[in-house]
Amino acid sequence: MSVSFRGGIHPRYAKELSNDAAIERLPPPDEAIVHLSQHIGAPAVAVVKKKQEVKKGEVLGEAAGFVSVPVHAPISGKVTNIGLYPHPFGSLQEAVVIESDGKDEWTDLPKEVKPDSLDREEIKDRIRDAGIVGLGGAAFPTHVKLSPPPAKNIDTVLLNAAECEPYLTADDRLMQEEPDRVVSGFIALKKVLGAKDAVIAIEENKPEAIAAMEKAVAKAKGKAVRVVHMHVKYPQGGEKQLIDAVLGREVPTGGLPMDCGVVVQNVATCAAVDDAVRFAKPLISRVTTVTGEGVNGPVNVVGRVGTPVQTFIDAAGGFRGTPGRVILGGPMMGGAIHNTDIPVIKSTGGILVLTPEQVPSGEFDSCIRCGRCVRACPIHLCPNDMGNYSEVEMWEELEGLDVNDCIECGCCSYSCPANRPLVQFFRYAKLWIRQQQALAKAAESKDER
Amino acid sequence: MAADEKEPRKGAEPTEGADKKAPKDDAKSADKTESAAETTTKAATETATKAATETATEAATETAVEAAVEAAEQSPPPMLSVASSPHVRSNESTAKIMWTVFACLLPASVWSVYIFGMQAAIVLATCTGSAVVFEALVQYFTKDRTMVQDGSAALTGLLLGLTMPPGVSVTICLIGAFVAVVVAKAIFGGLGHNPFNPALTARVFLLIAFPGAMTKWPITLQAFAEKPVSLYGQATTWYSSFATNKTLSLPVTKTDSVMEALAGKVDVITGATPLAVAKEHWQRGTGEVLHYTDYFVGSMPGSLGEVSVLLLLLGAAVLLLKGYITWHIPVSFILGVVVMAGMTHLASPTRYMDPIFHLVTGGIIIGAFFMATDYVTSPTYPLGMVIFGFGCGLLTMVIRLWAGFPEGVSFAILIMNAVTPIIERYTRPKKYGLKPWAEPEASK
Ligand code: SF4
Ligand code: SF4
Repeated sequence: MSVSFRGGIHPRYAKELSNDAAIERLPPPDEAIVHLSQHIGAPAVAVVKKKQEVKKGEVLGEAAGFVSVPVHAPISGKVTNIGLYPHPFGSLQEAVVIESDGKDEWTDLPKEVKPDSLDREEIKDRIRDAGIVGLGGAAFPTHVKLSPPPAKNIDTVLLNAAECEPYLTADDRLMQEEPDRVVSGFIALKKVLGAKDAVIAIEENKPEAIAAMEKAVAKAKGKAVRVVHMHVKYPQGGEKQLIDAVLGREVPTGGLPMDCGVVVQNVATCAAVDDAVRFAKPLISRVTTVTGEGVNGPVNVVGRVGTPVQTFIDAAGGFRGTPGRVILGGPMMGGAIHNTDIPVIKSTGGILVLTPEQVPSGEFDSCIRCGRCVRACPIHLCPNDMGNYSEVEMWEELEGLDVNDCIECGCCSYSCPANRPLVQFFRYAKLWIRQQQALAKAAESKDER
Repeated sequence: MAADEKEPRKGAEPTEGADKKAPKDDAKSADKTESAAETTTKAATETATKAATETATEAATETAVEAAVEAAEQSPPPMLSVASSPHVRSNESTAKIMWTVFACLLPASVWSVYIFGMQAAIVLATCTGSAVVFEALVQYFTKDRTMVQDGSAALTGLLLGLTMPPGVSVTICLIGAFVAVVVAKAIFGGLGHNPFNPALTARVFLLIAFPGAMTKWPITLQAFAEKPVSLYGQATTWYSSFATNKTLSLPVTKTDSVMEALAGKVDVITGATPLAVAKEHWQRGTGEVLHYTDYFVGSMPGSLGEVSVLLLLLGAAVLLLKGYITWHIPVSFILGVVVMAGMTHLASPTRYMDPIFHLVTGGIIIGAFFMATDYVTSPTYPLGMVIFGFGCGLLTMVIRLWAGFPEGVSFAILIMNAVTPIIERYTRPKKYGLKPWAEPEASK
């Protein structure tokens, strides 16, 4: 039996390009550009100076506040610069540049411990100190998710193993190759949260991963972890859709999963948590899928944070022909980059290269009111009307249609026969509404003074 | 970023590019490009010297020049294109949908030609062809990016043709196509902006403007006279009915006893639709001779598109399977008809015909599956679709039973088109995130 949600789409998954490629390790880069902003929240504050020698795993930046995590050196070598560098999310951000000394030496790490011997707070501290963030793309600091306010009662922790974005296979491979690591990390998270129920939810198009995880769960008996199969549908791995499918609960509007008793974690995050809990190893590398019709040989590789995107593309045999678009993440929600010198960050789980023919033209027509977007929207909004209002900039009406609930999943744009850039409209609308609210607030506080 | 993506569209629709203005504009852009690529400058200058009437080509060159200027200003050129997600699109397009619906109407169209002969072919071809020509003209003058190739004009034309009586004059077809494409669609802003179904608007216009021509049916109802099949005991199979097609399929204008009886009141040749004849016939208490299978298979006369329910359903099945239409509107439409016809029939079986008669005669099937489901003029939310369809069905029956017109499908759909915006407003789906979650008490 498998479960699902209402809405969604069935894009071409193209997972076969890379789901047979075993995970390889990329050699450490000669130069790593490590962004201090690797996560949602305050960027880390640099604690190293120019010309300072650092070892692999040494702290480069300390967490700045609660919703922030430290950033560590992915290679050993010398700090050559601290300055502004292009960030995968678009802008220029502060980064620490390390030139490799070629030794790739670890800083001193404590001895391995059994996760069972640590208490909840100790596990949480290790997770924060290792700089672990949600590796599914959002990059939200994990320890924050693990610290619900005491009033919230978390009864379930979900492992999001849907990997519903087309093309990406990093989580799939990780589950197949290192299921014990993933399950052990997941169990540690369950312990921290004190949840009764722990569910690993996998889409049915990953039978090998399901088998591997079921075996690993059977080995970890007595930990009350179960595996649930889900329909293959995008965005099955969206937090809200996942919770709806597995538990039949809805995250309240404007709320977080913890508002309906759930915390969701990602596969790669669990693997990183295991490293942090057992070995106090900081998060400096992760599995990334490098794929698409625009590269010669799609691969799944473990790469260091701060490695330029181009190195990953070279590992996949380089571009096949002229690249049409390079995307960090999957085709539905990933962000396009204009330049392949940009360094990857912790949340870069996929690098997708599309051919020029695959790139949508960007031209669009009037809405023909076919209703496809309405049926596709997993939040059950009305993207057709929202799109029309956006085009004529009727922001208040848009707010009334709950544009702020849009999760930017892309189902509406994907299914639109008139090619309307709906998600783009909604992003713009949300930005505008936010700005207006900020302005209104500023005006208010001025009045009071 | 939104502005970026809107750019090509804006560039491509300079609606204000009237004939007089065009040369001046071009000279300006030619000046601008001096620093840019030489080839484009030449092209622009050349265009500037061309006759002002060639607005279409000029518009194209203008866009090219603007693009070149923009490219020259941005230095260095970005290596990769960047745009908002999602970066992949489904392979559906407006054109694909429209042409598929068109194709799904072809079997019934071909059948109508088989039944009515060349005159039907002429009507269908004139309507479809002239609709396309009108659309092309509109596009030429407005320079709208929406292409005549998207098939919506051809579809509108074919649908209009299918609502015509066979043998209507070419002039009337041309007027109909003009009303459909120009008056009912282009004036409102083109595809996607028209509040009323263009084909039906045109049909109703013609019905009012040319009541005589639009209700002239070159047929007689052989079934009325010669087939003593009881209404309730119609055991005749599809097969046997098909065997009799050969005689029924001829568009003969034959008078028989029934028609003679009616002739005193109704001029058979230029008079009532089959539905009206049947209505009258039934009310006179002589209705024992209707033969449903003939309507269903399509050997009974009617408007071109009303003749074969079977072939229309075949096309509709394809659309349903492909997901181009959903069940909501057709099913609730038919339900509306059945409920209304059923209630009246039960109340007074001798006065009102039964639901099956209503379903297989007239335009209910083509209306429910092909007209009411027109995307632009019907609701998009499931609940709204059901309300819309049911309303169409009820209104159709109200008009058929009690209004002055024998057929009500067109009026019913147009009336429901008018209330579509209101239906939309009140039937928006309930968004995710409103379901309350009761925290389990015990675990605390
Ligand atoms: S992007 Fe927003 S509006 Fe579009 S389908 Fe997803 S949630 Fe709905
Ligand atoms: S999918 Fe596109 S054309 Fe269809 S209703 Fe939505 S916005 Fe309009």
